[in-house]
Amino acid sequence: MSKVDNSTEPLLAVTDLKVTFNTRGTTPVRAVDGVSFSVRAGETLGVVGESGSGKSVTSLAILGLLPERGVQVEGSITFDGAELLTSSEREMQAVRGRRVAMVFQDPMSSLNPVLTIGRQLTEVLRRHHVCHKAEAPGRAAALLDRVGIPEARRRLDNYPHQLSGGMRQRVMIAMALACEPAVLIADEPTTALDVTIQAQVLELLRELVAQSNTALILITHDLGVVAGMCDRVHVMYSGRIVESGERHPLFAQPRHHYTRGLLASVPRLDLVGGKLTPISGSPRDVIDWADGCAFAPRCPAVTESCLGTPPALEPLDDTFVRCVNPAPLGQSMWKAD
Amino acid sequence: MATVQEHLQSLMGNRVVETSGSSLTRETWNRLRHNRIALVGLGVIVFFVLIAIFAPWLAPHDPRATTWFDQIRPSSVPGPSREHLLGLDESGRDMLSRILYGARASLIIGIVSLGIGASIGAAFGLLAGAFGGWVDSVIMRITDVMLAVPGLLLALSIAAVLGQSQVAVMVAVAVPNIPLFARLLRSSMLAERQKDYVNAATSVGLGRRPLVMSHIVPNSLGPMIVQGTLALATAVIDAAALSFLGLGSADPGVPEWGRMLANAQRYLNVAPHLSIIPGVVIFITVLGFNLFGEALREALDPKLRR
Repeated sequence: MSKVDNSTEPLLAVTDLKVTFNTRGTTPVRAVDGVSFSVRAGETLGVVGESGSGKSVTSLAILGLLPERGVQVEGSITFDGAELLTSSEREMQAVRGRRVAMVFQDPMSSLNPVLTIGRQLTEVLRRHHVCHKAEAPGRAAALLDRVGIPEARRRLDNYPHQLSGGMRQRVMIAMALACEPAVLIADEPTTALDVTIQAQVLELLRELVAQSNTALILITHDLGVVAGMCDRVHVMYSGRIVESGERHPLFAQPRHHYTRGLLASVPRLDLVGGKLTPISGSPRDVIDWADGCAFAPRCPAVTESCLGTPPALEPLDDTFVRCVNPAPLGQSMWKAD
Repeated sequence: MATVQEHLQSLMGNRVVETSGSSLTRETWNRLRHNRIALVGLGVIVFFVLIAIFAPWLAPHDPRATTWFDQIRPSSVPGPSREHLLGLDESGRDMLSRILYGARASLIIGIVSLGIGASIGAAFGLLAGAFGGWVDSVIMRITDVMLAVPGLLLALSIAAVLGQSQVAVMVAVAVPNIPLFARLLRSSMLAERQKDYVNAATSVGLGRRPLVMSHIVPNSLGPMIVQGTLALATAVIDAAALSFLGLGSADPGVPEWGRMLANAQRYLNVAPHLSIIPGVVIFITVLGFNLFGEALREALDPKLRR
C-alpha cells in the first residue's frame, strides 16, 4: 500500500465539486459543497460519512450519472488530464466502464434480471471493443474465474436470481473490471452483504487493485473497512470534507469531533465492558455551512465561535481539519473507563 | 474424508445443473402451472382456438346452408334435435355449426385488432419512453385526446366511417387500444429506468440504444403481456358488440357471435336459446382470457416473486 508514487500526477482529480438539487417549489439542496480530492494509480482512497453526507452523489457525479434535469454540477473533475464535467455524453460513454468503472451498493438490484450473467458481461466487453465477438464468452468466463466464481463457464448461462448476493457482487466487480479501468469507484460495495461475505469481497477488491495498479475510491460508512484498506481517508459531513489525511494519523489521532464521534460509535473487541458512544442528534439537525459549522448542533465541543463564519479545511499537524476548535493532539480516543 | 468431499461436490454440481437454464419465462410458467385458475383460463383459450382452427371438420353442417326454412315462423323456431344439436337459427341454419365457425371470426378479429393496437401503441410508448422530453409530451397529449373519447364510441364512429366489413371492425377495435398500450409501455419504461441495474448498465458505458432495447424494454414487457391477454377479452367483446350493432361483415351469411345475438333478439320470447347460446359462448371465451390474464399478472408480479 505504500508503493504509491507521490510524485506522479493524480489520475483523477475532483476540484471544488458542488452538486445542487433544484426541486421545483422547494429550496435548492446542496448535496456536495466544494469537495476536492485526487487519486493516483495504485492508491486506495476512502471516503467516509453518514447517509446523506454526499458520498454517493460525489461518485455519481464523477461518472456523469446524475440526472440532467434539476441537478446542477459545478467545479471540475479531471481524469487523465481531460475535464469530465464538460465532456459530451458520447465521450462519457467511452470513459464509463472503460477507464473509470463503478461497483454499486446493492448487487441484488444492480444486475438486469432478464439477461444472463454471460450476456451482461460480454455486452461490456463488446461495447468497448476489448475483444472479438467470438472471444467474448471466453473472456467473460475468465473474468468470473478471476473474481473467484467457481464453474465460471456454466455460470455464464445463469440468471442473476440464481446467484447469491455475494456471487452477484462478484459478478458486478467482474463487470466493472472487464475493461481493466484505471479508476474503480466502489460505492458501499459490502453494505448489502453478510459480514462473512463482506470480508471476502473486500479481500477480492484489495487483491485486484494490487494486481492491476488500479486506483480505488472506496465509499463507505464502515470505518473498519477504511482502516483496513485505504491509503488516505476523507471524512465527509453534510456535503463537505471535514477531515482528511493519511490513514494512520487520522485514525490514531482524529482531530475533528465528527471523526472522533464516528470512531467512538464503532464497537471494539478490545474494550470489553466499555459502552458505545453514539453521536447525539441526527444528520437532519445540520445547519447550513454558510451559518457556521454544520456539525455544531451535534458537536460535544461546540463553542460560540463555531457559529457565524464557516470553518475552512486547514492543515493541522499531519491531517487537514475543518474545525475551529479541534480536539487537542495527544488526547487518546481509546481509554477504557 | 475423500468420499464426503466427493459427495459434497456432486451435490454442488447437481445444484448447478438443476438451476442452469431456468429463465424468467420458465419460472413464470412454473408458477402458472401450479395455479388452477390459470390452467382453467388457458384450457378455455386453447379449447376455443382449436375450435376456430378445426371448425370445418368439427361442424356437422354448412353454417350458411338453410334447411327447414318453411317451418320457421316468428312463433316457432325448431329447438335442438338429433340432427341439429343446438337447433336452428331464425333463418334455418345449424346453430352448432354457426357457433363453431363464429369462433373464427371472433378470435381472428380479436387477435388481429389487438396485434395492430398493441404494436402501434407499443411503438409510440417506446418513442415516448426512450426519448422523453417533447417527444414524450406530444405523444402523451395525443393519447390523452384519444382516451377522452369512450372506446366503444370511438370504435363505432371508425366502423361507421370505414363501412361494413370485418377489416373495419378490426381497425375500429384496434384504435382504442393504441393509447392504452402506449401509456402502459411508457410508464413501465419510466419505472424501469429508475432501477439500479439501468444505472449500473449506464456506468459501464452503454449508449442509449442498447440501454433501452436490451435492458429497459425487456424488463417492461411483463405488464404489456398481461394487458394484452386482458385486452384480448375486451377485443372479443367489442367485436361482438360492433357486429351486434350491425357493423360486422357485409355478408349476412358470415357467422359472427355478435350478429347471432342481434338476429336472435326478435325471437327472445319464442326461442330464447338463440340468444342464450352465443351469449354464453362469448361469456366463456372472455372469462377464459380474463382468468388467464389475471393469473399471468399474479405470476409476473415482482411483489409475489421471491
